[in-house]
Amino acid sequence: MVQTRNIYEQQAHNKRLTFFVMLAFVAFLGLIGLGFDSLYLGTVNRSLFLPLGTFTAVAFGFGSAIWSLRGGSRAVLNSSGAVPADPANPAHQQLLNVVEEMAIASGLPRPSVYVIPDEDPNAFATGSRPETSAIAVTQGLLDTLTREELQGVIAHEMSHIRNYDVRLMTVVAALLGAILLLADGARRSLWYGGGSRRKRSSAGGGAGAILLVVWILGVILAPVIGQIMAMAVSRKREYLADASGAELTRNPLGLAGALKKLESASTPTASIKRGAAHLCIVDPLGRNVNSKEGFTAELFGTHPPIEKRILALQAMAYQYRGATTAA
Amino acid sequence: MVFFYVLLGAAILFIFWVVSKYNSLITLRNQVTNGWKQIDVQLKRRHDLIPNLVNTVRGQMEFEQETLTRVVEARNAAVSAKGIADSAAKEDVLSSALSKLFALVENYPTLRSNENVKQLQEELTSTENKISFARQFYNDIATKFNIAQQVFPANIIASMFSFKPSELFEIQVAAEREVPAVNLSLKK
Repeated sequence: MVQTRNIYEQQAHNKRLTFFVMLAFVAFLGLIGLGFDSLYLGTVNRSLFLPLGTFTAVAFGFGSAIWSLRGGSRAVLNSSGAVPADPANPAHQQLLNVVEEMAIASGLPRPSVYVIPDEDPNAFATGSRPETSAIAVTQGLLDTLTREELQGVIAHEMSHIRNYDVRLMTVVAALLGAILLLADGARRSLWYGGGSRRKRSSAGGGAGAILLVVWILGVILAPVIGQIMAMAVSRKREYLADASGAELTRNPLGLAGALKKLESASTPTASIKRGAAHLCIVDPLGRNVNSKEGFTAELFGTHPPIEKRILALQAMAYQYRGATTAA
Repeated sequence: MVFFYVLLGAAILFIFWVVSKYNSLITLRNQVTNGWKQIDVQLKRRHDLIPNLVNTVRGQMEFEQETLTRVVEARNAAVSAKGIADSAAKEDVLSSALSKLFALVENYPTLRSNENVKQLQEELTSTENKISFARQFYNDIATKFNIAQQVFPANIIASMFSFKPSELFEIQVAAEREVPAVNLSLKK
């Protein structure tokens, strides 16, 4: 459940994983480009085979991989409609204070703070480096939580930043968005223009047909693959961030109380889109797959069941208390 | 001849090791100093906020003059504290005086609902938290620094360049931290 890596190993692991995700994305796009080439260009003129589609796709892949690292956090924040916290508003000022407290506790620079005008309580962190990261919370979160609970939530987000979880998750979010966009476009072109050409290419040869099948499968499966990737990435991380967040506040019950409130308000968070679901502290889509255990939950859930997280935190609180009374 | 080269290689390796150990100790020492400055920044902020708070609540809390004076005295003592241990002790007295004041504010509904007081209270709570988190961070980094100096064989380098272990903050579980007993029984 909780990994036995230390913080540096965890950071290195996340950086490596981010790199592999970007590489896989480029390779995946290359495959789609190859399919396009053999389908449209390869059959038209075999003597002058220029894999233009592959080149374009790989270039696009590299481009968006770099973009996801540099501007991914901006894209995620924009898509959720987050606005910078306003120090004139007492609730926002308190949020700014709490974020600064947690930045001090973790020894990191203070991330920029955003508020999402949404009634449903939720929060996420994004960014590619601790220096440029951001924490966003919904207005609903500020309205429902006490100061102590808010501190627990911010500590959880702060540990995501410290562990470089945010880099991985932001890149996944940005690339997932790109895949969803591509898949939509490709599906439309298949529906409207692909029918007659499909027949022609399958008559052209076995290799072309196989590539075509792979390509169509890729186009249809792209969103699903992206989604599974996003989920695999985030489940274990939540337990870890809960634990190291509690280490920052030395108060596991604050986060436990917050999670209880978040669970009881499990209506979907409308302003957080599908592609960014894995960034949030609790699932913003309100899917009940996340409250279950087992294979499907393991595969499709972005978050571990909240009750299990609360139990783990309460166990931690019990240990802390034991340690302080024994001393 | 071969023996000479081996010796030379060993000497170069040794020098590299000394340099890298020395540099890592210096880095840690700077982090410790920086951590200490962080605490100072927050303490200073608290010292600046207190006169504000006392002036805001004074008019309404005529009967609690003693608590208010104690807060002001503790604050002045803390401002003039010297050294880590002294400062820690005096800041703790100030913390407990402040928490008593906050507990008393709860008894005054007009104060409790006053926006100004609420804002000041939030600022002071936050500063209080920042102080303790800055101390927590300082303790972590100072412990790391101390361990780096004490383990063998780095302790030889540490003593050669006269590195000194950093003082740590002790957790105060003193009786003075307790909140005053507020009588909640109904009046006759």
